[in-house]
Amino acid sequence: MLNYLAKRILAMIPLMLGITLITFVVIRLAPGEPVEAMTALSPKITAETRQRLREFYGLDKPLHVQYVTWLKKVATFDFGRSFAPDHRPVTDKIRERIPVTLSLNIIALILEFGLAIPIGVFAATHRDTLYDKGITVFVFLGFAVPTFWLALLLMYFFGVKLGWLPISGLHSLGSEGYSRLSWFGDLLKHLILPVSVATFGSLAGLSRYMRSTMLEVIRQDYITTARAKGLAERTVIYRHALRNALLPVITLLGFSLPGLIGGSVIFETIFAIPGMGQLFYQGVMARDYPLVMGILVIGAFLTLVGNLLADVCYAVADPRIRQGRG
Amino acid sequence: MSWRRFFCLVSLTFLVSCSSGSAPSVPPRRAAGPPAYGDALVVGSIGEPSTLIPVLASDSPSHEVAGWVYNGLVKYDKDLKLVGDLARSWDVSPDGLTITFHLRKGVKWHDGADFTSRDVLYTYRVTIDPRTPTAYAEDFKQVKKAEAPDPYTFRVFYDKPFAPALASWGMNILPAHLLEGKDITRSELARSPVGTGPYRFKEWVAGQKIVLESFHDYFEGRPYIDRYIYRIIPDSATMYLELKAGGIDMMGLSPVQFARQTDTPEFRARFAKYRYPSFTYTYLGYNLKNPLFADRRVRQAITSAISKDEIVHGVLLGLGQAAHGPYKPGTWAYNPNVKDFGYDPARARTLLAEAGWRGTGPDGILEKDGRRFSFTILTNQGNDQRIKTAQIIQRRLRTVGIEVKIRVLEWASFLTNFIDKRNFEAVILAWTIPQDPDIFDIWDSSKTGPKELNFISYSNPEVDRLLEEGRRTFDQEKRRRCYWRIQEILAWDQPYTFLYVPDALPAVSSRFRGIEPAPAGIMYDFIHWYVPKEEQLH
Repeated sequence: MLNYLAKRILAMIPLMLGITLITFVVIRLAPGEPVEAMTALSPKITAETRQRLREFYGLDKPLHVQYVTWLKKVATFDFGRSFAPDHRPVTDKIRERIPVTLSLNIIALILEFGLAIPIGVFAATHRDTLYDKGITVFVFLGFAVPTFWLALLLMYFFGVKLGWLPISGLHSLGSEGYSRLSWFGDLLKHLILPVSVATFGSLAGLSRYMRSTMLEVIRQDYITTARAKGLAERTVIYRHALRNALLPVITLLGFSLPGLIGGSVIFETIFAIPGMGQLFYQGVMARDYPLVMGILVIGAFLTLVGNLLADVCYAVADPRIRQGRG
Repeated sequence: MSWRRFFCLVSLTFLVSCSSGSAPSVPPRRAAGPPAYGDALVVGSIGEPSTLIPVLASDSPSHEVAGWVYNGLVKYDKDLKLVGDLARSWDVSPDGLTITFHLRKGVKWHDGADFTSRDVLYTYRVTIDPRTPTAYAEDFKQVKKAEAPDPYTFRVFYDKPFAPALASWGMNILPAHLLEGKDITRSELARSPVGTGPYRFKEWVAGQKIVLESFHDYFEGRPYIDRYIYRIIPDSATMYLELKAGGIDMMGLSPVQFARQTDTPEFRARFAKYRYPSFTYTYLGYNLKNPLFADRRVRQAITSAISKDEIVHGVLLGLGQAAHGPYKPGTWAYNPNVKDFGYDPARARTLLAEAGWRGTGPDGILEKDGRRFSFTILTNQGNDQRIKTAQIIQRRLRTVGIEVKIRVLEWASFLTNFIDKRNFEAVILAWTIPQDPDIFDIWDSSKTGPKELNFISYSNPEVDRLLEEGRRTFDQEKRRRCYWRIQEILAWDQPYTFLYVPDALPAVSSRFRGIEPAPAGIMYDFIHWYVPKEEQLH
């Protein structure tokens, strides 16, 4: 096991290098430069000023030199300073946005798994009944409805018409003067709409997945055996079937890890939530290379760690894998 | 920087007579209590400022917020006349080569330090410093020498008279005592600025809001409104819902919101809507290096085939006016006598025939020497008005036998792959109309190089001469003659088809009083806005 872990971790190093190299090249293949966003079509810019700005950002050097410079700094965990006019360290910009995105995504993830698994199991055990079909329609509705449209409708209804919930942002004006408890309550109120919309939209994938693995497990011989020896249906489903059907879900959880720091641009824009999605989008639009690279590297790293964790958990949960038999 | 800040203030400009006939909306006048201190104005903005050191910023949210924190030496007043701000007065030497600013005494920085000519000198030096990544050095490179003979005098020398120079000193003055000897790109002033302006910085919650509070020792007096809160709401539909729910007090409306969605008694009771021409114009520009558009008659024909009023009504719902040249109607540089051809498809056909476009193919498209009259209009993604404009033009030109294709591109690749490489036939874009009428950079034939703004390659010796003449004198009457003549020439040459000047359409909560619309808009007098005691919310 330790041997296996060490091998996997070592293999991540060339993989990370490859990922950074490719992303570094790809982002520079996009037409336009950071300097562009500042200077394009501005009457007050001369070629000389533009050249000065390019030198300031190190864009006048050949690409491989830029990459090596960047890599050296990253090796010391220095992601450089943003090319945006604020010139702030990339890590600062990411750090101030990660808590928001992370907590929002964790809440949504817990809700998603907490709702989708029972829904999937229920649909599987009531296969082809009216319940199953109703659930299918419901979750696919969530999947198909455009987030921004649903969000706006809910905002209008609960925010403008009824006035029950705040429309956007994370805090009410003047909330810094509230007591701890009401400050937290205020935050929760702001989270209700975004979290519900996010969860509703993501139920379909996982619940359908759960339903089909559950159905597959129910068809297995050992379930027939369990039934044959006269176990109660509840025990068969929840003790024997569910535990096996949950195995692939571990993989899905591993895959969700990088998603935790990635936000959705549309979603964050609609709800005015200052998260990672917006930061990344703005970075790409302004060709803010250090920022984009910083976010991508962290994302790639988390993806690799997520895969590793999923595999490890899998081994822990499933003796067949642990003992090296596929 | 000066012109940016002015743009922000002035983009909220009011013109009493609107071309389209409907009277400008007047805010409901309820019985108002006396002016009182207190309350807060919450403004919604799509974008977040990038830095509050204006010399480093090139986006309008940055300048909008920084504009309340800092002052320039000069500013434009409500009638768009240049007046003193941090400078009490100024003298221009008779030869136009020296400007002497006499600074106000007793002005304090927000941290209590005295404002002196040292601050002005520092701001000038840091702007032209090659190590400062700024987009604003150009105006100040014309300065031969700058000096501060005493703490309240600042003098600059130029090689040649340069009319836009005066307005350029409206750039925000930075505090030398906090910045001198430091790397400006790493200064914490970018996130917590210290200025001399009517509002001082309080807090910035990244991605959410910026809060400014009134500076009681402001040299023009304490502003009535205690706080100015700049809320970042990236989606305009959400912003509109926030406005209706009371989450923000002020936003710029879209034409649809202004004309359709807010025309209810309830909205009108709670908000005052304003309407005045903005400082921009949208145009259809032709690549004059392309043989298709080399003939002036062809360009005149296209202009005649396009109905500008139809575009104003279809795209702006009438909330704007047709443009005939590069200036804003009602300003001194604008020549009211210049009108281009007007909508006349018959004339368009005649002109095209004169230019040799006689034959028509089986699909009704004009032909000349075996070539079909077909071209592509490029415009940028994310601007629905420009795309709709292109579609209306497409339809109108089809009726005179010209085929138009439309291509919408992402901004950065639009500029790099198409504009910079002159790889376009026609574009729909817009320019900001500057306060100073110097438009040398857009129209002079020397400005056709890579990345320069005369990307359509317009060249007219008379225009070149007039542009030079106009920027070399401080005499407004002489300048007016130059710019009026330029508009006549442009109307004849039609290097662009000038399309429209949209209206700015702000809505402000009606609890705010003291708003006096003027040619400069409504925000110029924000420090005198107030909310009567009994109506204060925050």
